[in-house]
Amino acid sequence: MSLFNIFNVSGSAMSAQAQRLNAVASNLANADSATSATGEAYRAKQVVFEAVPVEGGATGVKVREVIEDPAPLKMVYDPKHPMADDKGYVAMPNVNVVDEMVNMLSASRSYQTNVDTMNAAKTLLQKTLTLGQ
Amino acid sequence: MIGKLDDYMRFNEAALSLRSQRQELIASNIANADTPNFKARDIDFASALAGALGRTSPLAAVLSNTSPAHLGGAAPGGSPTTLPDGTALLYRTPAQGAADGNTVDMDVERNQFTDNALRYEVGITLINAQIRGMMTAIQGQ
Repeated sequence: MSLFNIFNVSGSAMSAQAQRLNAVASNLANADSATSATGEAYRAKQVVFEAVPVEGGATGVKVREVIEDPAPLKMVYDPKHPMADDKGYVAMPNVNVVDEMVNMLSASRSYQTNVDTMNAAKTLLQKTLTLGQ
Repeated sequence: MIGKLDDYMRFNEAALSLRSQRQELIASNIANADTPNFKARDIDFASALAGALGRTSPLAAVLSNTSPAHLGGAAPGGSPTTLPDGTALLYRTPAQGAADGNTVDMDVERNQFTDNALRYEVGITLINAQIRGMMTAIQGQ
């Protein structure tokens, strides 16, 4: 019964979007983290989506990998900062707050759309169950 | 008698089953709205229904893979060209391209999703009416 497949497809999209939202939360939270476990400033994390075929010709989504943004770190002049180099500059995270807000909106909208899709599939299945009554 | 009942229901049954497959395809498009290089797929409902009604057996010529060394019939990149029942899978033509190579247009997909869901319900209503008509005939009241 292929309508049940919609739950798999939309479910995979929901978990992928949730992971994207997670990355956004992590990036925004660490927008000012000048250092981390590696000793370097935090680098923005971005998820990469990949389409995966599921049975019956449908296509789900999965997060192929989480990459670190290769953009250069922001150099901020702050000689009093303990992490400042000999010229007085501190390497701050390369998180672009505007990009992250856009990412957040896009992820939450996509999540909502997939919830709607799932609800529609559920309604159709329930209608099918009443056949012949 | 049972054969006659089958024939009586066959058209709406085939239509309903294709509708549910199309619903699944559109749900895949919506799910992959943010996947780079994903191409939106759909079926041509009219020709798919004609194909489904023209087939006598479920599918006469399906090659089954009996060894892992057998190659599947799917196009390179893993995207299939037909549904499991042999219906051709087509690509949607995007009205405007996206920078990431994705061709999902959310307005089109939502539109088609709602339209297809409504037509699925129409199919169910029609089958219900057929069943009711048959019940009336059987009971003769």
